[in-house]
Order: sequence, then C-alpha cells, then structure tokens
Amino acid sequence: MTHIVYDAVFYILAFFVVGSAGIVALSRNIMRSAFALVVTFLGVAGLFALLSADFLAATQLLVYVGGILVLILFAVMLSSRIKEIKISNLSVGVFSGGSIITLLILLLTYISIKTPWKELDTVNFAPTTSAIGNNLLTKYLLPFEVLSVLLLVGLIGAVVVARKEKDEP
Amino acid sequence: MKELADRLFLMIFNIEPANSPYLALWYALIIFLASFILLNFAALFAGITSFVERRIAARIQSRIGPNLVGPQGIIQWLADGIKLFLKEDLVPKDADKILFRFAPYFVFTGLFGAFVALPFGYGIIAADLNIGIYYILAFTSLVVLGIIMGGWSSNSKWALFGALRSAAQIISYEIPTGLSLMIVIMLAGSLSTQSIIMAQGGWPWEWFVFHSPFTLVGFFIFFTSSLAEGNRVPFDLPEAESELVSGYNTEYSGLRFLIFPMAEWANMWVVGALVTLTYLGGWQVPGVSLEAIQSSLLLILIGIAIFCIKSLAVVFIIIQLRWTLPRVRVDQMAFVCWTYFVPISLLSLIGTMIWMLIFPWETIIGTVIRIVMFGIGAGVTIWYLLRIRYNYITDKPRFERFKEAPQWYPPWKMP
Repeated sequence: MTHIVYDAVFYILAFFVVGSAGIVALSRNIMRSAFALVVTFLGVAGLFALLSADFLAATQLLVYVGGILVLILFAVMLSSRIKEIKISNLSVGVFSGGSIITLLILLLTYISIKTPWKELDTVNFAPTTSAIGNNLLTKYLLPFEVLSVLLLVGLIGAVVVARKEKDEP
Repeated sequence: MKELADRLFLMIFNIEPANSPYLALWYALIIFLASFILLNFAALFAGITSFVERRIAARIQSRIGPNLVGPQGIIQWLADGIKLFLKEDLVPKDADKILFRFAPYFVFTGLFGAFVALPFGYGIIAADLNIGIYYILAFTSLVVLGIIMGGWSSNSKWALFGALRSAAQIISYEIPTGLSLMIVIMLAGSLSTQSIIMAQGGWPWEWFVFHSPFTLVGFFIFFTSSLAEGNRVPFDLPEAESELVSGYNTEYSGLRFLIFPMAEWANMWVVGALVTLTYLGGWQVPGVSLEAIQSSLLLILIGIAIFCIKSLAVVFIIIQLRWTLPRVRVDQMAFVCWTYFVPISLLSLIGTMIWMLIFPWETIIGTVIRIVMFGIGAGVTIWYLLRIRYNYITDKPRFERFKEAPQWYPPWKMP
C-alpha cells in the first residue's frame, strides 16, 4: 500500500518537473518560462522531501524560489520589450546546441547504466538537519569556509560594482 | 500528529494500528481533517480580523465603522465575503490570462501552507516538522511569487509597480528576518517549532526576549521585518492606496480579489504566532513544568488559551500600528533594511553567541540578568500604558467639546 502511494507521488512530481521544464525551454514568452521554473523548483523540492532530505527541500524552496527566481523575475520585469521573441527567447546555434545535447544524453545514459545503484527497500524518513550541520563544521569545514569566503567576495564585489561614483564637486 | 492518529485509531476501531491494512487510508483521512480545520481557522480568522480592524480603525479616526449587519456589525465580514462571491470574475482584455488566473493560487498556497507547522498548544499542531520554522520561512516565499505574477500579468502600470516594490521589499527583509530567527534557533538548538517553545519557560523571564539585550533587539527586528514581509503598514508600499490605486491587486475582482486581502489578514495570525512561539514563550503555562502539561488535558487547554492570547495581543499591536504610523517611502524602506536592520541583526546574533558562552541559561547570574531584563521590559510597557492614559485624559475635554459625544464607550454600547 505505502509502496503504491510512494510511487504515485513520485510519478506525479516527476511529471510536474519534466512538464514544467519543457515549458521553460519551449515557451515563447520569457515571463511564462520564468514562472514555469517555479513549478520545476517546487517539484524538485518535493522529490527531495520524498527522499527524506527535508532540510534540502526547504533550502531549495528558500534559495531558489524565494531568492533566485524573484531576482530573475525582477530583472526580466525591468527590461523593456520582453514580449518580443526575437530579443528575449532567441535560439542560436541549432547545430552546435544539438550536438552538445546529443553528447550529454549519451554521457548521462552511459553513467546511468554503468553506475551500481544501491536499492533500498524502504525510505527511512529521519531528520537530517543536525547531521548536515555537524558534517559541515567537522568533516567538510574547509570547503564550507572557502565557500563562505567566495560568497563574501561576491557580496563585496556586487556592492563595489553597484556603488554610485561620487559626483564631481 | 502520528501518535494522535494512532491513538484515535485504537480508540475508535479497537484494533492495534500497526496490524490494520487500512492505516494509510486512516492517515489520509486525518490529514484531510487537519487541513480542513486549519483552512477554516485561517479563513474565519481573516474574516473576523477584517471586521475588528475596521472597527478599531474607525475608533482611532473618530468614525463609527461598520455597525449595521448583526449586533455591533459582527457579521459584516460575512456580508462582504458573500458580496465578493457574487461579483463577476473579470480578466482584463490585454492581461496574460493564464498567469492572471494562477496568481491567487500561489498567494493562497504560500500563506496557508505555513499554518501546517504553526503550533497551538502542546501536541496541537498539524505536523511537528523537524525543520518547522525553516519550512515556514521557505514556504511563505511563494506569496511574493503570486504577487509578482498577479502584478505583471495584469498589464497595468499600477499593478506592475506594486509587484516590483513587493519583490524588492520582501527580498530585502528576508535577510533580517532570517538572521533574527537564527538567534532563537541557536538558543533552542532546534528548528522545530515545538522544541523552540519547550526550550523556553512559562514566566516572562524564561522567554527568549529577555534572555539578553541582544535578543531584545532581535525581537524588535524580527517583528518589524515580519511586518515588512507581510506588506503591512508602515511597509505597505506594494499596495499604497494613495499612490498605486491598490497596487498589485488593482485589476482583480470577485473571488480572486478576495484571496489577496484574506491572505494578508491570515498572515497577521502567522506573524503573531511566529513572534509568540519564537520570543514570547509560546503555550508554556507559568509555574508549571513541561511534564505536568503533557499529562493534563486541562493544562493543554490553558496552554492553547495562553498561546492565542499572546498571538492576538501581537495582532492587535499590528492593527494599531497600521492606523497610527505613516507609510515609509521606497528609498527609506530599502535604506532602513540595508543600513540598519541587517548589521544590527548580525551584531545581535554574534552578541547572543558570546552571551550564551559567558552567562549560561541555568546559572544564577544568567537568571538574575534575565529577571533584570524582564524588569526593564515591564517598565517600558508600563510607561507606555501610562503615556496612553495621559494622552487620553488630556484630550478628553477637547474631544467631547468638538464631537459632542463621549470619548469612550463600553464595547457593548458602541454606536
């Protein structure tokens, strides 16, 4: 019974993720693409929750939906003539893009066949937050600190770029 | 929630829950029931608050307010709701029709999803998520998407301006909100809403507000930036009536319009409950230990009452702020956030960390400091109340001369 429910939820989420990702790629209106991206992010957050990665799911929501996507929308809304497809959703390089995608698909299929996947009978829904915190501050302390320095540099860089030049006296 | 469902199952069907093949169905039913109750609570709260807010506003502005539908007008909100139900659901001709129709759903989902992790009393919570408060913070970010969607798809400059302002405002104020919540999370050592309450105590000096001067600052920053995130005065720039007609919801009508103000009023409960559970001690009963609360139904009910009273007190403060403060300008809004709130909340976060090391919670000096902090807080509150009394007394003769009506009515005799 629980297996059926679990599978059903998985396929519903996967349908939403794939479908909305298709809209993101194929829509002729960039605003609709951006809003379809919301559904993709939500679906991925749902998949995380389904894999018992609760902290990751909430982070996905907070960072991608609440932060990055709003910034994207903000930038899109500020630009004029967003309804003209030739400017906003131009597709360039059909040949090179197509060949890259073919290669990528081949690579991904190869990996998915070759990897020895571990199969679990049941998903053990356990809280992950404290484990993530402990690992970040013990085992992975150096990458964590380096990442925070990187983010700090990005922040300061943004302030420097955005700062108004002083007017001539 | 799961334990409660299991216990109910055993009580009603007299079968050990683990042995039953229909357990999944039972859980689904319980989940459905819980969501039904929560949705109705949120909707009723939003409706009744709309009426209460209008009456309070009227008193503050020396008007009467809605008083005709029912005794003292208490079913005015039902009349308004039914009226909006019957209105035509208009979609502007040049609007992006799909996005225009979808926007209210996002607002609705984002806000009512937060109710899942909000506690009401000991064990009275739809889902005691391990990441409770983080989940609320993350899920309510869907609201801003709905606002932007509605504002952009309306194809109206007022709506677009409102949506742009809202995006800038909510993105900015998410940072001080998160940082000031971090203080509480650090003190409690957990993200779950119930554990945060359990880490506090019943008496005011056992609340997190009075833990140190830094948490007091964090409390005010959290309260103010939640106002900004909920688009309440003094941060109601996205729907500034005097500038933008009605902001992002200008082009909406009927039921779709109703969703936006309803979500705003329901959000007041979310803010009140969040402030209560993080800083004001939640449902803890003074002078009673946690074990005693767990074992007694009466104490759980008292806890629910205490939680509701605290939350409603915060809601009333929000309402009074709306009718006393002017709206800030856009540049002031961004300026206050980035030059004051973010650094101050960062400082209070670091300050609380150091404080926790120097004056641990249980030691005598820590307790003394908390009691002193509570004394200061109580002193400020009493001074504030005395000030209100002073204003009231000095204004009474002037008011009664000009208005030719008594300044104060008992609530049951209001005109």
